[in-house]
Amino acid sequence: MITNLIIDLALTYVATVTFGVLINVPRRGLNVGGWISTVSFLVYRLCLMLHTGIALANLVGALLIGILSMQAARYKKMPVINFNIPSMVPFVPGGQAYQMVKNFALGNNSLALSYLLQVVVIAGAIAFGFLLAELFNRLQARLMLKLSSRWRHEHRHNPKL
Amino acid sequence: MTTGQGHLMIKTALHAGRIMIENGSEVARVEDTIHRIAINAGYPDSKVYVTITGMMMSISGEENAQIEPVASRSIDLEKITQVNDLSRQFAAGTIDLPQFEQQLTALEAHPRYFPFWLQLISAGLVSGTLEVVFRHNLPDFGITCLIGLVGWAIFYGVNRVARVRFLSEFLAAVGIGALAIWFVNLHLGNSVDDIIIGSVMPLVPGVPLTNAVRDILAGDLVSGIARGIEALMSAIAIGSGIAMILQVL
Repeated sequence: MITNLIIDLALTYVATVTFGVLINVPRRGLNVGGWISTVSFLVYRLCLMLHTGIALANLVGALLIGILSMQAARYKKMPVINFNIPSMVPFVPGGQAYQMVKNFALGNNSLALSYLLQVVVIAGAIAFGFLLAELFNRLQARLMLKLSSRWRHEHRHNPKL
Repeated sequence: MTTGQGHLMIKTALHAGRIMIENGSEVARVEDTIHRIAINAGYPDSKVYVTITGMMMSISGEENAQIEPVASRSIDLEKITQVNDLSRQFAAGTIDLPQFEQQLTALEAHPRYFPFWLQLISAGLVSGTLEVVFRHNLPDFGITCLIGLVGWAIFYGVNRVARVRFLSEFLAAVGIGALAIWFVNLHLGNSVDDIIIGSVMPLVPGVPLTNAVRDILAGDLVSGIARGIEALMSAIAIGSGIAMILQVL
């Protein structure tokens, strides 16, 4: 069980970095993206082990990706999409989507519909996780604006704040 | 009449915006970057309207609006990052407006990609690793890597000739499905399902999907829906390719 988890985490890192290569993420951002994905995936698996259900586990994973990606973007001074798109790849409901297509093609419509609902639930949970992460990032920016004068100086032209 | 400086500023800002949209940036980021360029060039009161097929910009109170159409779209996060870096340098004052414009042109003329062999190996590794993560089927790791690699090669090759993303995705999915069934019939792999699930992962439209959600959440409804349709079309192209092969064979 533990060996399986460790293998999965290592493979998640590799998958994220190599997907980053496919969408041409700059070289200096690849490693951080891989670590964000590995940490989020670990938390996702822990949630599943605690029987929270697949929707909440995906939501927590996406929330963590959103928050960590924003920190990485601020630290590395790179656009946030360099980190959150590759990190999201291990959370894609690929298995369910494939079963849906297969069962539609073979004529098992009711089975296909139940897989479609699973895909919708997972995709919705991920989208909602990103939304919550956005909220967190806004709150953090507001708080930093109040507390740090250096931050205020650096972001004085940011129209969003 | 407008000054030459204002004219150059709008031209540069729209050029930067076009590069970002063409390579898969979300709309809010483009608007933000264009506003920053305008503020740093000394025009705090500018108006800009950005969609994923074109953008318009003017300085308030002057007759100088310009339009920039966006004809092609692909995915290249490196270029978005470089435009971001140039914008930061411009804000810090290390480059001026003519240099900025010149560097944007140079950036478009000399794109920096990973070498093709590295992309192929990466596509193979994405397929194999995700097959194991999703399905826990370790014996099929190698064969999934191989088929994912071939699938990406088909996608890349057709995209070069035809320049229609959906067609390349469809043909790559057909190739992946056919190869997976063939290899399992030859007893080189165990599960057709697992091999196909892994091999189509490099083709998944992750960038349009994420951007669609972000655009809609940010209130850019027109661009968000357009991108959502783009992602949906990709998913349908991949799905119908696989479905066709499963029905035929």
